Amino acid sequence: MLKPLLARLKQGHRTITYPDGEPPAMPDRFRGRPVIDASKCVEGCRACIEACPTEALTAERLPQVDLGKCLFCADCSEACPQHAITHLQDYRLSTRTREDLFVGAQDELRLARALDAKLKRLFGRSLRLRQVSAGGCNACEADVNVLSTIGWDIGRFGIQMVASPRHADGILVTGCVSENMRLALEKTYEAVPAPKLVIVVGACAISGGPYAGHSQQHNGVEGLLPIDLYIPGCPPHPLTILDGLLRLLGRIEVDSVRIQSK
Amino acid sequence: MTSSAFAKTWNGEALALIDVPRRPIDQFRVALIDAVKARCRVSSLFVRRPTESGKPELVAVLTDDSDGSVLIGIGALEGERYASLTPSCPQVHLFEREIAEQTGVAPEGHPWLKPVRFPDKADQRNARIGEMDFFKVDGDEVHEVAVGPVHAGVIEPGHFRFQCHGEEVFHLEISLGYQHRGVEDALVDGPHNRTIHVMETLAGDTTVGHAWAYSQNVEALSRVHVSAHAQVVRAIALELERLANHTGDLGALAGDVGFLPTQSFCGRIRGDLLNMTALLCGNRFGRSLVVPGGVRFMLEPERATELKKRLETAERDLQIAVNLLWESATVQGRFEQTGMVSRTACVDLGLVGPAARACGVEVDIRSTHPTGVYQFTNIPLATAHHGDVNSRAYVRWLEIQRSIVFIRERLNSLPASDSLSSRRELAADSIAASLIEGWRGEICHVAITGSNGKFSSYKVTDPSFHNWTGLSMALRNQPISDFPLCNKSFNLSYCGFDL
Ligand code: SF4
Repeated sequence: MLKPLLARLKQGHRTITYPDGEPPAMPDRFRGRPVIDASKCVEGCRACIEACPTEALTAERLPQVDLGKCLFCADCSEACPQHAITHLQDYRLSTRTREDLFVGAQDELRLARALDAKLKRLFGRSLRLRQVSAGGCNACEADVNVLSTIGWDIGRFGIQMVASPRHADGILVTGCVSENMRLALEKTYEAVPAPKLVIVVGACAISGGPYAGHSQQHNGVEGLLPIDLYIPGCPPHPLTILDGLLRLLGRIEVDSVRIQSK
Repeated sequence: MTSSAFAKTWNGEALALIDVPRRPIDQFRVALIDAVKARCRVSSLFVRRPTESGKPELVAVLTDDSDGSVLIGIGALEGERYASLTPSCPQVHLFEREIAEQTGVAPEGHPWLKPVRFPDKADQRNARIGEMDFFKVDGDEVHEVAVGPVHAGVIEPGHFRFQCHGEEVFHLEISLGYQHRGVEDALVDGPHNRTIHVMETLAGDTTVGHAWAYSQNVEALSRVHVSAHAQVVRAIALELERLANHTGDLGALAGDVGFLPTQSFCGRIRGDLLNMTALLCGNRFGRSLVVPGGVRFMLEPERATELKKRLETAERDLQIAVNLLWESATVQGRFEQTGMVSRTACVDLGLVGPAARACGVEVDIRSTHPTGVYQFTNIPLATAHHGDVNSRAYVRWLEIQRSIVFIRERLNSLPASDSLSSRRELAADSIAASLIEGWRGEICHVAITGSNGKFSSYKVTDPSFHNWTGLSMALRNQPISDFPLCNKSFNLSYCGFDL
């Protein structure tokens, strides 16, 4: 009995203070939100577009990135001969609409706004989520799970992952929605009492991620269920997920971030 | 004679397809069964088509743990059926089910060719997910418990059927395929610029292991040399992946027996270990680190120093957190003699990784078939002998300690950093087999190229493919309430299996 107590003393108290205090520091090589410095782009160059594994980069005139497809790999920045693409340390990525995930050279990223007053009253202080894995690689699940460990402790915000959809206020979906999970996903959603939320986590659930276009899956949740919150990444860092959830609940104020690198 | 039916090669080497013996199926059958009886394991078995002859071919990759060789052979089929190998060689039972489901070639005499992943093809042959006959036990007071695909926790989907007599489980059948997302189909005609990312996400918690297995195949087929620095960084990343997952597993096992201190500590330490991988490459799972030709991020001396510092802290914290498990009588009481798998069952079924080593079976690619820096520095193989939850937990703890020592030594003698080797075309009409000891066990990738130097087949075998049956065996005659504990002691991948 004494040993566990001693161990507890030695290990100390480690829950992060965010959002009251500073967020934990990101590693220097962390690839957060990509930014494109279009002034460096050379006319006719398509190096980044050709390198992108998921067609997240497109260009009418200037390159644009779809954060919903982005795997946050280094393929584009490495391919760019002008070094026009860099990944910022910025972990804030979540939005309320699919359109908001398209960021071009000049735009702002409109981060997720809070739920409307009625829903916020319902869910603001207590949000129970049923997680559904639907055809991903399980890394998104791993970093969702992390939020329930002592270091992150999302319980302090009244957020809890629950076993039964009947006890849930919404579902949190990961994975590209494999055909083999489609029915289970739909049934789980139906089993949640209304009003209910749908939160999609990761490139898979938003767009199919690395499996986009495969005939065995549905390119994400879009078109199958109404989506309230998009959290991009492959997988999103736990801080990205937490930031998205807290914005949705109005715990972090509305803001948008400038996309331009300078 | 095995020597005539198989080409003898080594881990991560490429062969021209014409140098692989092609035997009529009957001869091939006998040779394979003899080889497995003598000393080999089946690391991969699949049907290749279309072939030069137009007829389907059975491709086998065997590993010989006694001399570190890899044996590759081809069995030429005459038609769409052959006599099943499973009755004489049980460890191929799932490979043959997979062959039947994916290609329609029927291994006749297989005990039960059930669906494996329910691939969604227009193909009438394939059943819809969940629609099949399950094993059934009849009798008074026998009842069935069905669980999943959606489980209680934040975990992947799968379906479990327990045949129970009261609390006691007579048989557990595990039916998967829910995460099937068409990965192998997508690899054909590659490498494309998405291929490495598909490899990194075969099983997200084994990003480094699978990316390495793939890269090793590409390097073999294109005869690209990997720098000493890159080899060391790969090994450090692979061991960090093992550390993080083993630590998470020990925490989860503690949680399943209600021993919260270790659960809480390990949950956090696992995060610290993932953050060490992020220090290497920016991503907690090692994404974008291992690529064909080497690694994308070099490990500078200052970074190595920081890593060493963090490793020391993690080691100290782990000693405190994990030793509580072995010192607590209540934990030991729950771990010991729970979910036993016999050594014989383990060998017959061809289990791999910590699950096999916990039965005293000495399989570990790092020792038997080493590549990269493992060729020069040996990590002592860790075994235990009871095949129970306790043994599976203890093997993980031994491996954690040995991986820490290994990483520290590598950091102390880091070769000078070097750039990525440039890409080259893959050799045409060739085959390469690559084995990596991931944290769950042996990962096997087999690449075959066509005349255009593109993949005509790419076969992935995650360790979970071998081990799910082990979990079923562990549940025999156990109380059903021990399922979570047994399950966690294997901690297998659904997505790595479902592909
Ligand atoms: S988005 Fe990426 S990390 Fe998440 S499940 Fe899909 S492949 Fe895995």
